[in-house]
Amino acid sequence: MTEAAAFPAALTVLVLAPAAGAVLLMLMPRSRPDLLKPAALAVAAVPAALTIWIVGEFDAAAGATFQFWQRYEWIAGWGVSWQTGIDGLSLVLVAMTVLIFPLVIVGVGAEHSPKPYYAWMLLLEAGCLGSFVALDLLMFFVFFEIVLVPMYFLIGGWGHGRRAYAATKFFLFTMFGSAVMLVAIVSLAFLHASASGGAVTFDLISIAESQLLAVDTARWLFLAFALAFAVKVPLFPLHTWLPDAHTNAPTAGSVILAAVLLKLGTYGLVRFGLYLFPEASVHFAPLMVTLGVIGIIYGAVAAAMQSDLKRLVAYSSVAHLGFIVIGVFAINSEGLTGGVLQMVNHGVSTGALFLLVGMIYERRRTREISELGGLQKPAPLLAAVFMVVMLSSIGLPGLNGFVGELLVLLGAFNAHRWWAVAAASGVILAAVYLLWAYQRVFHGPVSGDNAQTPDLRWREGLLLAPFVAAIVFMGVYPKPVIERIEPAVDAVIVHVQDNVAGFSEPVAESRTPVSLDDLARADAERGDGHDHDHDGGHGHGDDEHGDDEHDDHGAGDGHDSHDDHDHGDG
Amino acid sequence: MILAQLPVQTPDIDWTGLLPVLFPAGGALLLLMLRSLLPSRMASPLLDAAWTVAAAVAGIVAVVVLWQRDTATEAFAGQLVMDRTALFVAAVILGSVALVALALPRYCERAGAASAELCVLMLLAAAGAVTMGAAADLIVLFLGLETMSIAAYVMTALNLRRLESLEAGLKYFVLGAFSTAFLLFGIALIYGATGTTSLDGIGDFLADFILLRDAMLLAGTAMLLVGLGFKVAAAPFHAWAPDAYSGAPTPVTAFMASAVKAAGFAALIKVFVEALSLRADDWRPAVFALACATLAVGSLGAAAQSDVKRILAYSSISHAGFILVGVQAANDSGVSAVLFYLAAYAVIAIGSFTLLAALSGPGDDRTALDSLAGLGAARPVLALGLTVLLLAQAGVPFTSGFAAKFSVIAAAAEARSYWLAVVAMVSAVVAAFAYLRIVVVMYFRDKGDVAAAEDAAGVAGASAAPETAVGLGAAAVLLVAVLFTVVVGVVPGILESVSATAGGL
Repeated sequence: MTEAAAFPAALTVLVLAPAAGAVLLMLMPRSRPDLLKPAALAVAAVPAALTIWIVGEFDAAAGATFQFWQRYEWIAGWGVSWQTGIDGLSLVLVAMTVLIFPLVIVGVGAEHSPKPYYAWMLLLEAGCLGSFVALDLLMFFVFFEIVLVPMYFLIGGWGHGRRAYAATKFFLFTMFGSAVMLVAIVSLAFLHASASGGAVTFDLISIAESQLLAVDTARWLFLAFALAFAVKVPLFPLHTWLPDAHTNAPTAGSVILAAVLLKLGTYGLVRFGLYLFPEASVHFAPLMVTLGVIGIIYGAVAAAMQSDLKRLVAYSSVAHLGFIVIGVFAINSEGLTGGVLQMVNHGVSTGALFLLVGMIYERRRTREISELGGLQKPAPLLAAVFMVVMLSSIGLPGLNGFVGELLVLLGAFNAHRWWAVAAASGVILAAVYLLWAYQRVFHGPVSGDNAQTPDLRWREGLLLAPFVAAIVFMGVYPKPVIERIEPAVDAVIVHVQDNVAGFSEPVAESRTPVSLDDLARADAERGDGHDHDHDGGHGHGDDEHGDDEHDDHGAGDGHDSHDDHDHGDG
Repeated sequence: MILAQLPVQTPDIDWTGLLPVLFPAGGALLLLMLRSLLPSRMASPLLDAAWTVAAAVAGIVAVVVLWQRDTATEAFAGQLVMDRTALFVAAVILGSVALVALALPRYCERAGAASAELCVLMLLAAAGAVTMGAAADLIVLFLGLETMSIAAYVMTALNLRRLESLEAGLKYFVLGAFSTAFLLFGIALIYGATGTTSLDGIGDFLADFILLRDAMLLAGTAMLLVGLGFKVAAAPFHAWAPDAYSGAPTPVTAFMASAVKAAGFAALIKVFVEALSLRADDWRPAVFALACATLAVGSLGAAAQSDVKRILAYSSISHAGFILVGVQAANDSGVSAVLFYLAAYAVIAIGSFTLLAALSGPGDDRTALDSLAGLGAARPVLALGLTVLLLAQAGVPFTSGFAAKFSVIAAAAEARSYWLAVVAMVSAVVAAFAYLRIVVVMYFRDKGDVAAAEDAAGVAGASAAPETAVGLGAAAVLLVAVLFTVVVGVVPGILESVSATAGGL
């Protein structure tokens, strides 16, 4: 962390660089439209390079603490600060975001009006990154909400079919959720201030670590936050915007929407659900898990019934996100680790699926499954890549989806046994609808014009290669990713245990060794006592703070204890 | 006989304290005189507008000078008190006048409107509005309100060639006169109950005495709320607003949405949050209900319209609902939030209406939603400007509209009016639908669709004339509005620190 001090504003630059790039792009001369794409790529490369440096500097062992921590005054009169920091959880999501954006920018060009297209893309990236690194409630909200605008214009301006309808629906649904969340954020800040006797602050860490709210109040506020995230994820009854948005969005929009935007919701459930409202999260966990399971089954059944390939993938997203939610609300180490891992996996797999569907549409000008068929013959490479990605999405062992889903199911099984059983059926259903779709699109006799379908071009192959590489790598050797997620996850679990009387992490009574290396390693490390190695604490202090920190909560004066923390400057 | 022998007691008049009123009032009278004395060939809308801007700017300079003083400036023996709240509101009003006047010459040329009359009336209305904001006595408040309202009625009906304009003026006048009766009756009842019309006196009386029979006071309070509710277009007293807003010449609409609204809310703050603060438990539920109704009517109404001007008119009602949320909080943060909101919204509203005026053709006729079709492609800069202003109205982050909504919600949360805050935010989503419809038409509708629709309807050329030059004044107004909206959105502190001081925080 001492190296981090060499460039403390790294995360701020990470957020502001794409935004500034978008403005620069708009100022570029109209006479050289050919320069727009390279320029956009160059801008998107800045956060990517910066993130690679951050990943290198990131102290994985201290993954529970917020590193690269930085705080500036923003709106002093309202107690709002510009506060950024990154822990293992946000690190993997940021890494995924900064890698997917340049790939999409270089791989999927604008069909028309490139200038606003790339500018919106870059603004979107800034919004997503801002949400992931914000440690101030209002700062998070601002970025969480601003993301709507670029996505709205991308869907509406470059989409297909009923694009205006889909864009408006997307905007209003999400805005509805966050409208209630804004009230909750403001109320939380004022209630916290009156309970602590201090000034109004929107500082996530000091509010979360002190936990001063009455139980009922916290539960209401949790529901308000959960509503916003449930729309974004989307959870079952609030998902109806998603198929429309995905189907009508341009390919790049669908990829970003699936890979990054939906993760804002699941990330929010961890950071602003479990961490901010531990008691309420435990209280409402059965509700959330139930909704997740319904989402899994419903998404799978609905996906199986779709005649449009893109809509099918969209509904499969609903099912996958259901897995993430039950992983998160299993509230144990396996489940949460699996949930976070699935956030990345889903981003990679479903992002790639949307790219592939886009390529098929580009070739055939249709996404109707019934009009496609036998594509494997004219386009074997396309079919092969599709197969790999699809299998990863199903959760085939050896590919990335398996690790995440297994961890999620393990966690859920320990916490809510029968729900896990129901959710496991979702894995089978996924195999059903995806294999069936694959069969109808790629197998069978080649009909009509489908015979002339060109195979993957070099450019497309290069675009898909990183996705396939990630799928295989994270399936075979997920350790580097899990290593960074786990400390953050364990800290959240410990935080929940410390703040919820009578709650202990649901674990299996007798542990049977699991064949996977990493699970065995995790088990061996865990040993018998949980508290022993879970003392990382989720503050931004160093490890030695751990135990004192938890004692402070009992005293109830979290504000002072927060100020005592070392803000990560080593 | 006796009177003639005694020296007449005249109150001390601090003329400097009067300057924010005197500049617009004097400017109006001088302009009126000059225009009737000078030969008509010397008349030019440009000069009228320049004069108006100068008068307004002079008033703002006076406001800034008075702001530097440590204590409030009293004039007329405390009848008119220029405290920081009053000065803030005066700045909003005079700033609105200057902005509206900037875009006026081109509009008057195109619409054939009488620019001198518009300028004179606008300055007079501003003088009345500033008086309202500074009134320390219900009678003075009433005088200011009448000065402002009567000028506003005439301005609304000023476009003699448009039937809608005359109709709007008549409606505004009749309902306005009706509401004035309520207000006067309310003042009388309050005087009956407390024995004074001075706002401080009312506050002192309520602090010193407990009324065993407070029916008269409550009735007076209710009447005042109705009277002022009419002025700020709070539902269910909003019926005049959509017609008046859409019928009035568009610059006048901009003035009504900014200055008139600001004056109305300044009066609400003076009377309710300050003078009647001890009876807050009585009036807060009523304002709660008014706010809910206003939010619902405004946002649902906006979503149901198919005319841009009417959408903006209803949206103005919905913003009034938001500001009422701040009034309902009845604390210093509430007052600051109201002031912040008024300033932010005034700029947004003037920007949007000015752009609409520039695009809607000679007779304010082309304000249908479809007339903006294809604007995003034909006039990308204008479309982007309008988009920013619309998103600000929807409350999207990094715009002043979000900061304004946040400040109001924060005040409500501080006053523990959580449900009102929820109602407000949800209604903002409904209103956002209306703004998005405009954006959709500008960007996502091809001109071909519109042409086909026109063919079907048998109307030709109803779509926006992208060739229309906007004019330098309107372009400047739009630039100022967009810059202000974005800068205040990114760094709300610059406006927040001022409004917090003005609100007494």
